[in-house]
Amino acid sequence: MQPNPSTVTSGAVRRGLQGSGTHWPSVVFQVLLAASLLFTLVALLVLLADVLGRGMPVLSERGIDFLTAPLSSDPAKAGVGQALWGTFVIGVIVVGVAFPLGVATAVYLEEYATGSRLTRLVDVNIRNLAGVPSIVYGLLGLAVFVGLFKWLGLGNGRNVIAGGLTVAVLVLPIVIITAAEAIRAVPISIREAGYGVGASRWQVTAKLVLPAAFPGILTGIVLSLSRALGETAPLILAGAVLGSFSSGNADLLGQLLGPYTALPMVVYRWTTLPQDEFRQLAAAGMVVLLAITFAANGLAIYLRNRYSRVW
Amino acid sequence: MSIDSVTVTEPVIRLEAVDLYYGTFRAVRDISYAFPANAITALIGPSGCGKSTLLRSINRMNDLVPGARATGRMLYHGEDLYGHGVDPVEVRRRIGMVFQKPNPFPKSIYDNVAFGPRVNGIKGDLDDLVEASLRRAALWDDVKDKLRQSGLALSGGQQQRLCIARAIATEPEVILMDEPCSALDPRSTLQIEELMLELKTRYTIIIVTHNMQQAARASDETVFLTMGDDRAGYLVEAGTTSDLFTNPRSQLTEDYVSGRFG
Ligand SMILES: Nc1ncnc2c1ncn2[C@@H]1O[C@H](COP(=O)(O)OP(=O)(O)OP(=O)(O)O)[C@@H](O)[C@H]1O
Ligand SMILES: [Mg+2]
Repeated sequence: MQPNPSTVTSGAVRRGLQGSGTHWPSVVFQVLLAASLLFTLVALLVLLADVLGRGMPVLSERGIDFLTAPLSSDPAKAGVGQALWGTFVIGVIVVGVAFPLGVATAVYLEEYATGSRLTRLVDVNIRNLAGVPSIVYGLLGLAVFVGLFKWLGLGNGRNVIAGGLTVAVLVLPIVIITAAEAIRAVPISIREAGYGVGASRWQVTAKLVLPAAFPGILTGIVLSLSRALGETAPLILAGAVLGSFSSGNADLLGQLLGPYTALPMVVYRWTTLPQDEFRQLAAAGMVVLLAITFAANGLAIYLRNRYSRVW
Repeated sequence: MSIDSVTVTEPVIRLEAVDLYYGTFRAVRDISYAFPANAITALIGPSGCGKSTLLRSINRMNDLVPGARATGRMLYHGEDLYGHGVDPVEVRRRIGMVFQKPNPFPKSIYDNVAFGPRVNGIKGDLDDLVEASLRRAALWDDVKDKLRQSGLALSGGQQQRLCIARAIATEPEVILMDEPCSALDPRSTLQIEELMLELKTRYTIIIVTHNMQQAARASDETVFLTMGDDRAGYLVEAGTTSDLFTNPRSQLTEDYVSGRFG
């Protein structure tokens, strides 16, 4: 029953609008939410501060030398040069292999093979593959890629290409899933508009759907690249060297087919060594790895904004 | 009626006993009708009676819906649109479409209009074609200084005119419009209607509308569909708009156009 407006005093209206005071459950909920945010932030900050505090002295003291020097049993001389190279090559292989394959697969699943039972089966399996522990991919890399290079007679097969391919396969499901989601998010009305003016399926896909999905695809690519560059377990199996080794004066091909290592491997190795100096080196290596990851993410955000603005 | 008072034109599109299905559900049953050339035909009827389904199957847009299929014959200048070897892409090039919700591409105004000609490999001066299409869609004066701006930055009515410009840039023969004004204000609606009247000298237009005044104002022919007990839409009555509105033969039609039902 509504009160008759003319008889309601303004004070009553104000009291009505102000409600009955504090709603405690929502206050508690809000505090809980804020607390969990704070917990995450604090954990992150402590981690960052710890790593920076121990790593920065090494970095500022050694400077470029630390980034270029090869592995060594002498902590004063050891650097991440070989590891940076390995990580760089792995990154290139991941970008060159996983992204075209992943995006092409996603396009096929979303635009061409929609709705069939086989598609749904493949879709479910890709989702499961994304959750498979990375060590399993290491076994795959050992059996398939290392085995292949060995069979081809290229040394013992434990080279950076085998490692890169292993990690590429590892992130492939993530690339496919994020790309498929980005493609699915493109409104059907855009596709219909394209078909409506007589565009073929390929034209609709290439000129309308992919450009519209591009920012989302890009985000997925960079996320999986960050993951790829941080992986250690599969690389151990796929033949990355844990100790120090010499690339000597090998040419590019020799380096690609010879022993290799990567940043996370080196960091892991250094933390297991008895000398304290190596733990500082490990922290410095982590700073470098974090810097690379942040740079990759920054690049993704930049590209995404740039391409969104073209519209 | 004397013979010269009617324009005798060969139908562009002729439907013969058309049934349309989604999976096993029959959405439209037994439609036979010939759409006259260079005229505006309105499709009216209650919600869910299959107007959009019928419209979208004329240019094979419903091929994109999994499970959608058609039986009977749909003829375009006597050729079966669903015949063996017919390429839906070629069908849609000749039978263009404007949708209920304006759906410009997330591209510039220019690229929106140029998209169709580009994918169809139309030769000739693209700038001229874009200008001519925008002029015919009564949008040129609004956008001539900002052709490089996003089509999404226009107002709803302008967006819909952009979509019409985009549709006519590929020079189709037939334009299908599915409630093109339902998202627009009365003024934009009138603009689109005036536009349709101009366009019909060059194109054959089939328009779905829920707006009885619009059908009465803007169309030459009207087709009234309704739903049977099996929920399938069927054709109740069709003819010239003035006949159908002033002299409906069926009680269902009379109730519907006078607003007593639907
Ligand atoms: N994609 C689809 N899959 C299955 N059934 C559909 C699909 N689209 C439409 N239908 C069904 O087909 C029938 C006709 O739908 P349609 O959209 O053609 O009606 P309409 O006359 O355009 O209605 P409205 O005036 O509300 O737009 C409805 O019963 C609807 O539920
Ligand atoms: Mg409809």
